[in-house]
Amino acid sequence: MSDYRVIGKPMPQAGSREKVTGAARFTDDLPFENLHYGAILRSHLAHARILSIDTRAATTLPGVVAVLTGRELTTTFGVLPTSYDETALAVDKVRHVGEGVAAVAAQSKALALKALDLIVVEYEALPAHFDMERGREVVDHPVHAHGKGGTNIHKEVNLHFGDVEAARRETVFEAEGSFEFAGVSHAFLEPHSVVAEYSPSGELTVWSSTQVPFYVRRALARVLGMDEDRVRVIKPHVGGGFGGKSDPFPHEMVAAALSRKTGVPVKITFSREEVFISHHGRHPSRISMRLGADRSGKLSYLDLDATIDGGAFGSFGVVTTYYNGVLTQGPYRIDNFRYAGRRVYSNHPPSGALRGHGAVNTRYVTECLIDEICEAMGEDPCSFRLRNALEEHTSTANEYRITSNGLRECIERVRDASGWLQKYRQLPYGSGVGVACGFFISGSALPIHRGDPQTIVRTVKEEDGTVTVYSGASDIGQGSDTILAQVTAEVLGLSPGDVRVVSGDTGLCPIDLGSYSSRVTFMAGNAAREAAENLKKALDTGDPPVGHGEYISPRMGGTYKGAGAGLSPSYSFGACVAEVEVDPVTGTIDVEDIWLAHDCGFALNPLAVEGQIEGSVHMGLGQFLGEEVRFEEGRIANASFLDYRIVLATDVPDIHAIIVESNDPEGPFGAKECGEGALHPVLPAVANAVHGAVGIRLRKLPATPERVLAELKKTRRRK
Amino acid sequence: METAVRFDISITVNGAAHVLDVAPNESLAHLLRERLRLTGAKLGCRSGACGSCAVLVDGRLRNACITLAVLLDGCSITTIEGLADGEVLHPVQEAFVESGAIQCGFCTPGMVMACVALLNENPAPSDQEIREALVGNLCRCTGYTKIIAGVRRALDALQASPERATISSPAR
Repeated sequence: MSDYRVIGKPMPQAGSREKVTGAARFTDDLPFENLHYGAILRSHLAHARILSIDTRAATTLPGVVAVLTGRELTTTFGVLPTSYDETALAVDKVRHVGEGVAAVAAQSKALALKALDLIVVEYEALPAHFDMERGREVVDHPVHAHGKGGTNIHKEVNLHFGDVEAARRETVFEAEGSFEFAGVSHAFLEPHSVVAEYSPSGELTVWSSTQVPFYVRRALARVLGMDEDRVRVIKPHVGGGFGGKSDPFPHEMVAAALSRKTGVPVKITFSREEVFISHHGRHPSRISMRLGADRSGKLSYLDLDATIDGGAFGSFGVVTTYYNGVLTQGPYRIDNFRYAGRRVYSNHPPSGALRGHGAVNTRYVTECLIDEICEAMGEDPCSFRLRNALEEHTSTANEYRITSNGLRECIERVRDASGWLQKYRQLPYGSGVGVACGFFISGSALPIHRGDPQTIVRTVKEEDGTVTVYSGASDIGQGSDTILAQVTAEVLGLSPGDVRVVSGDTGLCPIDLGSYSSRVTFMAGNAAREAAENLKKALDTGDPPVGHGEYISPRMGGTYKGAGAGLSPSYSFGACVAEVEVDPVTGTIDVEDIWLAHDCGFALNPLAVEGQIEGSVHMGLGQFLGEEVRFEEGRIANASFLDYRIVLATDVPDIHAIIVESNDPEGPFGAKECGEGALHPVLPAVANAVHGAVGIRLRKLPATPERVLAELKKTRRRK
Repeated sequence: METAVRFDISITVNGAAHVLDVAPNESLAHLLRERLRLTGAKLGCRSGACGSCAVLVDGRLRNACITLAVLLDGCSITTIEGLADGEVLHPVQEAFVESGAIQCGFCTPGMVMACVALLNENPAPSDQEIREALVGNLCRCTGYTKIIAGVRRALDALQASPERATISSPAR
């Protein structure tokens, strides 16, 4: 691979200079003439009928230009067509604390907030639903009328491959357990922000901090009753997303409606509390699993039951429900697999997609139970995983097509780099090492809306000899613009500095479905490569200097209901070793070193790949050690960075990122995802290290010192 | 800022003198972002918890979101926009770019200012001192790994050519 000129070389992100000098503009930084400020009145009740909304005093406050209520915008929307269940503002009833009830636009933010105080809403409280275990009960006032049979069940999945009962009879080693996971928030630094400007000629332009400009455009057109070609969505610099900006959001609809009402540009920038309320974060989950291995130490079956708390709306939840089960089909061969999963609505703020979407918690359960099986067998956990690794170019019981697979190398590399063989079971009490593996998709093979191309790239040679790449792909800080420039420069023999990337603007760029499900490098990267190759041909033949490229996944997978869930043209693999020190007196876990090897196919930009690995470790550690969205009667009790504590610079361990390159046959120059899969093994590797250190199994996350001490107390009682 | 009572303050921002009338509850972040159009300092939390809005006030690191402008009469403020010398980046800025310390970039201005403040006070910090200096600045993208590497790179650059440290040492 050393004969490449541009790709495969570490390259600082395009835009770094702007970002480091303060010149880079995020949505809240954009200058507008005559800008007005929107604000949203939010419900203080978790579940209530709206009896009346009196907006007269707000409407007549000097400086207020518009007031909006839910009745004016009743069309539902969402990210998945199966779950169009959100509205711009609550219509008739509120479903969670913080749901928008009314909105205003005013000349200043202070005036807008003052106007909200003047709006009088009369509610009739309804019984609220907070316990996910009771989501299957038939109730008088379910969160949504469309819950299954009068319950709060949003989605149920039942799958069975092979024969779990028959496999159980042959099983020699077995582990089982019930686990609980708190909800987790994305905690990106940039609060959501949107500016909407409706022109006198009836065109709407929306600047938004989003991962999915094309879905936002679709939802805006739907909710406002406009043609999509009259709506333009522009994504300025985005200060992190991690899945928390991958839905079209109510505030985007509200800002657009307020601008249409008034003809002035309207901005809504969230407070940090509003970010938490709107977060669509990782689902609180309860997961039970039984896992077996046969006499030869091969995994024989996996039997899984998961309930996830979806909160008040659908979001990506149908996909999450599937992913909780089906993504256990890698990275090991498990031919007998059964999954019963359900997502229930509740009166919590909606859950959605967060880095590692849907599979992080079940991965934790799987890897912890594997550790228990290894303990029972007396086998080294690295050797066990090597024996059970899926092969390259194979298919799984649920008919995923596996192509490139660097799992074995990942395990061997972290084992060797960490000094595993000298440490496992050989460190003094209080210190330990643990290992776990990961597996994730490189984009969903099926687009959310049937018939959408995944992505199109148009590359143009300009008169000055430079090249412009037009792509709808959304750089949200992960560096996709840089990847597109590198790929294009490589093909055309240019330096990346001669390639300009115009992206994230539905008015200028061909479609890309967005930055979610780890799809961008694989899909937009392939399209950029094809576009550059076609431009090269056009230049050779004297045709107009434009190259077109697109990516549509090949046909693959099974035909059963749900076969498309988790189906991807390529999968990433990874392994992690963690070394920890546990203080048995205080219950604190000090993670000292993390070795994480990730098979990203081919590292187009090794600097960016390392960055994704390091960021994944940070987020995984946070979920394991302490991050938890705490609810009190449906209200988020810790909606600030002081109370929702992410890992700080003083807490982060030395992270040893190891890049493994399996050269995917269909990835652009062999590349596949690295932004989400790298998170998966982090949590269970640390958990297994904690077991190595002090002999406890942590089945409730986060693993707070209180929980660690409680588990330690139990082990002392057993002795 | 709806209050009627206002106060005049004289401040220097990135070397330029300003006389401004400010409301008693007006934050430095509001003054910089809304009135001087210096949007480099970012608002991540508006409560002093994330450090995205950090700037230097008389050389010391301050979260602009919880610093009242009215208290700054006579002060000199350096924001991220005032750090580079024309086209020449400050060594910390350059090191952040080269080290891959920048992903989404929202924490970057505050993070860079925190590092500059550290190096102004302590020209030879240990690893632990670097980490402690960044404890008030949150980053969700990088795991701080390449940021810490960036500070080390800046230290190396400054040791090689110490005169560069003076480029941005805040005006007194």
